Amino acid sequence: MATAFGGSNKRFGHGPSPLVRVSLLVLLSVVIITVDYREGHLDRVRSTLSLITYPIQLMVDLPSAAFERASESLADRRQLLSENRALRSERLELSARVQRLESLEQENERLRQLLQSGARVGERLLAAELLQVSLDPFRHRVLVDKGQRDGVHMGQPLLDADGVMGQVTKVGPFGANAILITDPSHAIPVEVNRNGLRTIALGTGDISRLELPYLPNNADIRPGDLLVTSGLGMRFPRGYPVAIVTEVQRRPGETFAQIHAEPAAALNRSREVLLVWREDGLPFDHNPLMEDMDDAGGGP
Amino acid sequence: MSDAPAQGRGVIWLSLLGALILIIWPLPDMIVPFRPDWPALFLIYWIMALPHRVNVGTAWCVGLILDVLTGSLLGQHAMALAITAVLVATSHLRVRVFPVWQQAMFVLLMLTVNELILVLVEGSTGRLYDLEWRWAPIVTGMLFWPWVLFLLRFLRRRFDVR
Repeated sequence: MATAFGGSNKRFGHGPSPLVRVSLLVLLSVVIITVDYREGHLDRVRSTLSLITYPIQLMVDLPSAAFERASESLADRRQLLSENRALRSERLELSARVQRLESLEQENERLRQLLQSGARVGERLLAAELLQVSLDPFRHRVLVDKGQRDGVHMGQPLLDADGVMGQVTKVGPFGANAILITDPSHAIPVEVNRNGLRTIALGTGDISRLELPYLPNNADIRPGDLLVTSGLGMRFPRGYPVAIVTEVQRRPGETFAQIHAEPAAALNRSREVLLVWREDGLPFDHNPLMEDMDDAGGGP
Repeated sequence: MSDAPAQGRGVIWLSLLGALILIIWPLPDMIVPFRPDWPALFLIYWIMALPHRVNVGTAWCVGLILDVLTGSLLGQHAMALAITAVLVATSHLRVRVFPVWQQAMFVLLMLTVNELILVLVEGSTGRLYDLEWRWAPIVTGMLFWPWVLFLLRFLRRRFDVR
């Protein structure tokens, strides 16, 4: 073995032998992997390197973006008119609903004051686009065209018009990686909209299915129930639709029911997405109540 | 040999850039698991043809870029490609003269090593979820080898890369 390496050393010219070189590189890789696995300290390296990779990703996205533009500009008049009509009627319906929502919000605010609980903080939205780029084939990751420059931060929720899509995992200067709620390593705290029953929805690796493994057999949940974010994980704002329950199997022999749900958001179809901020600019995991509790706990 | 002026380095880097583009090119969900590992295939060719130009360091750099590009754990592709590269570099003199199908067998072995390291890293960091399709890119990579060989050899001769 040593002679083989020594022999090829001449071919490589001067410098350390390939064995030494590869050992050093493997050692370096192991260090990088460990540091990256322990979270955080390599974010700067990653975002610097993303200056190289982002143009590549943009280039890959270019044809599908161009195709979309082209099909928009080539659409004929009748099609545009009918789309316009549909959008107008939808807008009318939505603005009617918003009128009611505003009065409800006022009422909610008054009731919360009566209960002496803190006012809810409003949210700010920013529209972003997903790049048509295929990342890890075995995981559900997407790339957003907004990054640090636009104030995107780690853990930020990602929505589309119909519901929660996922959260931001890595932020570069111009783009950000996000994990979808159906990724097998993702979990999102939810509650049943009908009765406030709280649980956790896990991703399955199947883009059209979530799993609710922690509900007992006698839990009050049935197919068709809407699951909304409960806001308990301090990551997602409260009250956004996540999924609709499709199947509830109560198995007499088991402690927990087998419950499946279908994501409300169009996870593999939507290109336009929304990023959410709290109106006061703080991250969602900032909870003054929690800090008070910590202080109280640490005080005496 | 290594004293000869480097020529056509741009071609090598452009082809590797092409491999990086191919690896994130959007494909229908059905065939995504069968996408060959283009950067590994291209690196195997260049190391076999020009070991004094493309070496372990190049492979490591490409791997690191690949990690950022696909958002995987930083360093995992870098390590896998570096180890694959050193294996190719030590046996390039023998494999270079093999007939194509035997080379494809060798490529299959190299891609397996590459994938095994990736699986090992993912497994030891608790990120391994879907094992049943991991063989697919290896097999398609082997099947694509003759075409990769043909294309890159054409490029190398056309632009006289040394």
